[in-house]
Amino acid sequence: MKIFGDIGQYLLMLKSMFSKPENNKMYWKEFMHQCSEIGIGSLGIVAIISVFIGAVSTIQTAYQLVSPLIPPSTIAQIVRDTVILEFAPTLVCIVLAGVAGSRIASELGNMRVSEQIDALEIMGINSRAYLIRPKIMAALLMIPLLVVISMVLGIWGGRLAGTMSGIVSGADFDKGLLEYFLPYNVVFALVKAYVFAFIISSVPAFYGYHVEGGALEIGRASTKAVVVSCIMILFSDYVLSALLL
Amino acid sequence: MIEVKNIKKSFGDKIVINDVSATMKAGQCNLIIGASGSGKTVLMKCMVGLFAPDEGDVLYSGQPFTTLDREAKTLVRKEIGMLFQGSALFDSLTVEENVMFPLNMFTSLSHKQKLDRVNEVLNRVNLVDTNRKFPGELSGGMKKRVGIARAIVLNPKYLFCDEPNSGLDPQTSLVIDKLIKEITMEYNITTVVNTHDMNSVMEIGDYIMYMYKGHKEWEGSNKEIIFSKNQRLNDFIFASEFLRDAKDMRMLEERGKIPNDRNMDDMLK
Ligand SMILES: Nc1ncnc2c1ncn2[C@@H]1O[C@H](COP(=O)(O)OP(=O)(O)OP(=O)(O)O)[C@@H](O)[C@H]1O
Ligand SMILES: [Mg+2]
Repeated sequence: MKIFGDIGQYLLMLKSMFSKPENNKMYWKEFMHQCSEIGIGSLGIVAIISVFIGAVSTIQTAYQLVSPLIPPSTIAQIVRDTVILEFAPTLVCIVLAGVAGSRIASELGNMRVSEQIDALEIMGINSRAYLIRPKIMAALLMIPLLVVISMVLGIWGGRLAGTMSGIVSGADFDKGLLEYFLPYNVVFALVKAYVFAFIISSVPAFYGYHVEGGALEIGRASTKAVVVSCIMILFSDYVLSALLL
Repeated sequence: MIEVKNIKKSFGDKIVINDVSATMKAGQCNLIIGASGSGKTVLMKCMVGLFAPDEGDVLYSGQPFTTLDREAKTLVRKEIGMLFQGSALFDSLTVEENVMFPLNMFTSLSHKQKLDRVNEVLNRVNLVDTNRKFPGELSGGMKKRVGIARAIVLNPKYLFCDEPNSGLDPQTSLVIDKLIKEITMEYNITTVVNTHDMNSVMEIGDYIMYMYKGHKEWEGSNKEIIFSKNQRLNDFIFASEFLRDAKDMRMLEERGKIPNDRNMDDMLK
């Protein structure tokens, strides 16, 4: 039963987020701040996991393709498609749910517990609009960008692993990359990235904003935010794949 | 003027505020006193609308507040300044940015004008050379003072202070009390202060409401409070040795042992 209450409260939160900013400049400043927190703040981890995921896919694909009839450039095709379709959007967003999501939940939770949200309300500021909307908008801008960066780095990592281990030559890999390339896959990945970005920002914001109690509850809320975001990401990944592929 | 009309508030089945009414006039300090847990903070939050009371209403200058919609509430709130019990400063902003925040949000002054105003209010709360510090680098008392500075920076019509001098040394405490009193009279603010500090009660209590377990047990002024015969109030205000001495003097005075033209200020020195 509690889940229905939560969903209702979540929708109400989203609805009350839309009000006229008290001051455009301050909202813009907050938006830019969140862009740098979410974008720049997560760039390092995204780069590292992307390169390794690409590298591992190359090696594992090669391991599974034992037939001499299959040309090595096929490895590049498979790596390209798995990275673009699944690894870059889904895996990166799951990691971001942990990195950016827990940050959003604990930042808001701390503001709630230390009465900073009350202080905003007392000043006559719509705290949901001022605190949550810039986070969601920044996520919608930055996370798809991070996903694109992850695609590039993932494929680059795959190529690097392939050439370094002698599985596939650079020329073969590059040839494979261009074979049977479907631009629609990139569009699909970006659709996923937008949906996941919304989940990663709004779900933790919900749990953080509605913390009750003290420091312990902030920790609980951010754990819960990450778990729920991850489940929602995987679920919507399935739904989107079923609908759009 | 703020009128509190039959406010009731409970959390679960625990009644925290039970049918409290009061009239708090402009240009004076209205104190809510009571033991820890008696419901002072909850009452104050009901008054400003951070908690929705279960029953009753709060009138700001005659206008009912709790039933207003969000936008109308916002208009009233722009005239409210509030100091929270835990200061509630924005962690990510410096002292200067914290105090400037309401100015940035609601005024179109130039940066220079805003900075002047910020320094003016910081000076008033005796804070110098802290502009660039973050709240995490301040002592509890300094945070309180920044909180007050932020609450008064927009010249509010109603000022709420939740324990403005808990955690302050007696001297700073006095400075804060005097400051609150001064601005209250100077700008004809309706000031509401939660406290359990007896010094403040005697110093600035133009109107005092004593809360006991969620209801109003007594009301009056600082002229009347130590002469009250209310047992619970007596237990509360004469909890300290020093004040018990004062109470003994009162008894002596009543029995005519000391001349009763002796004024209360001398007695409390
Ligand atoms: N959000 C809440 N949920 C449930 N109970 C609460 C909540 N806030 C306060 N209470 C309860 O209401 C009662 C009054 O609390 P309140 O904070 O108003 O006390 P207070 O008079 O301000 O005390 P202090 O002087 O220590 O600040 C307490 O028993 C507290 O447990
Ligand atoms: Mg309190």
